[in-house]
Amino acid sequence: MIGYGKAIRRWSWIHKWSSIICTVFMLMLCITGLPLIFHHEIDDLLHEGVPAAQVPPGSPKADLDLIIRNALARAPEQVPHFLAWDRDDPNTLFVAVGSSITADPADNRFLRMDAHTGAFLDLPDVTGRFTYIMLKLHTEMYAGLPGKLFLGFMGILFCIAIVSGIVVYAPSMRKLRFGAYRRDRPRIVRWLDVHNLAGILLVAWTLVVGFTGVINTWADLVAKLWQYGQLAEMTAQYKDREIPTKLSSVQSAVEVAEQAVPGMVPVFVAFPGSLFTSKSHYAVFLRGDTPVTSRLLKPALVDAETGQLTDTRDLPWYVSTLLLSQPLHFGDYGGMPLKIIWAILDILTIVILWTGLYLWLRRRKPTTVAAPAAARPIDQQAVSS
Amino acid sequence: MSVNRSRRQTLTKIFAWPLVIGVLSITGLIAALVGDGIWDRVSWATLLLPSVLYVVFLLRPFR
Repeated sequence: MIGYGKAIRRWSWIHKWSSIICTVFMLMLCITGLPLIFHHEIDDLLHEGVPAAQVPPGSPKADLDLIIRNALARAPEQVPHFLAWDRDDPNTLFVAVGSSITADPADNRFLRMDAHTGAFLDLPDVTGRFTYIMLKLHTEMYAGLPGKLFLGFMGILFCIAIVSGIVVYAPSMRKLRFGAYRRDRPRIVRWLDVHNLAGILLVAWTLVVGFTGVINTWADLVAKLWQYGQLAEMTAQYKDREIPTKLSSVQSAVEVAEQAVPGMVPVFVAFPGSLFTSKSHYAVFLRGDTPVTSRLLKPALVDAETGQLTDTRDLPWYVSTLLLSQPLHFGDYGGMPLKIIWAILDILTIVILWTGLYLWLRRRKPTTVAAPAAARPIDQQAVSS
Repeated sequence: MSVNRSRRQTLTKIFAWPLVIGVLSITGLIAALVGDGIWDRVSWATLLLPSVLYVVFLLRPFR
């Protein structure tokens, strides 16, 4: 057993260094994350898309093969990688195309299609958009996978800073009641109180959003793990087959998948040879309709030569964990009020980071602290613990 | 920790309210995932609480 004082000093050291290293990056993440909470609203405001046809509810949907044909007519020399339904707008679909089926999907272009008429709507260049720039900064700082993993590491340090912060909160509050804000004291004391107060009030939210953010940085790795794990298992007997020269119908592949997994709706289709499927299968990903099951996906693999179902399984736990960690990070699962609450909590997190940074900088300069500390010995004690 | 520091608060006292607020926050984070309607409202209320308390404590006179 080590003594209480020594243990606290050790935790204090952990809190200081984990915070110092991650704070600048966490400030960047909080600032870029703020507009991302409202990325749909911002995009709608700044970028006017061609509207889909107005149709009465329950109108029949366009044939998916027609949609692909119409999309490819607008994107000559391109091949389809994915077909994706718009979660927020049942009237539109996206067709993601690349220069070849093996081209990096990060370079995919997205054609917006009308779900009912099957007509091409537009091909927005999202890369110049404000929300896209924020997203790139927030997820990878324009540094690809290394950038993601680096930010994930900063997120882990942030979580360590929160946990150690809980420990050092105790000695700081020994003589203070919960929620104390010593408004008549020097700034260093007031900001310590603000730091402690906001930190302890937000502890659950910052830990959850911080840690789910870390999990999100591993998305690319999780996808690879799934490809070499479950997907390889499901398509083991077809692994030597090449991409079929003539693909079977996408429309019927989706219908086959819907029949195989009743009660679920399709989210996206991966074309044979693209990421997320084998060379000779359509992978149709379906979701449920409750808040939780709508986040979880179930792949159904349909043979692109014969049009028959090959296999459908639940995704392994590590993919489900990633999928469930997304809403908990984005705050997009409880309507506009939850988004606004997310924004408020994000701003309060900036307050925690900023006051923490200030407290550290002030403590590093003993000469400037010495004067008020001499006048009020209690301050020294209050800020040094 | 020791008995003769009676003016000092125990760990239980220090962490009682933070624990309650933490449990409520977790409840709120999960509630909106579980369902819509009332579940969303539970989530809004419990997750708004920390921000409300923050403002209340900052505006309240000290002691």
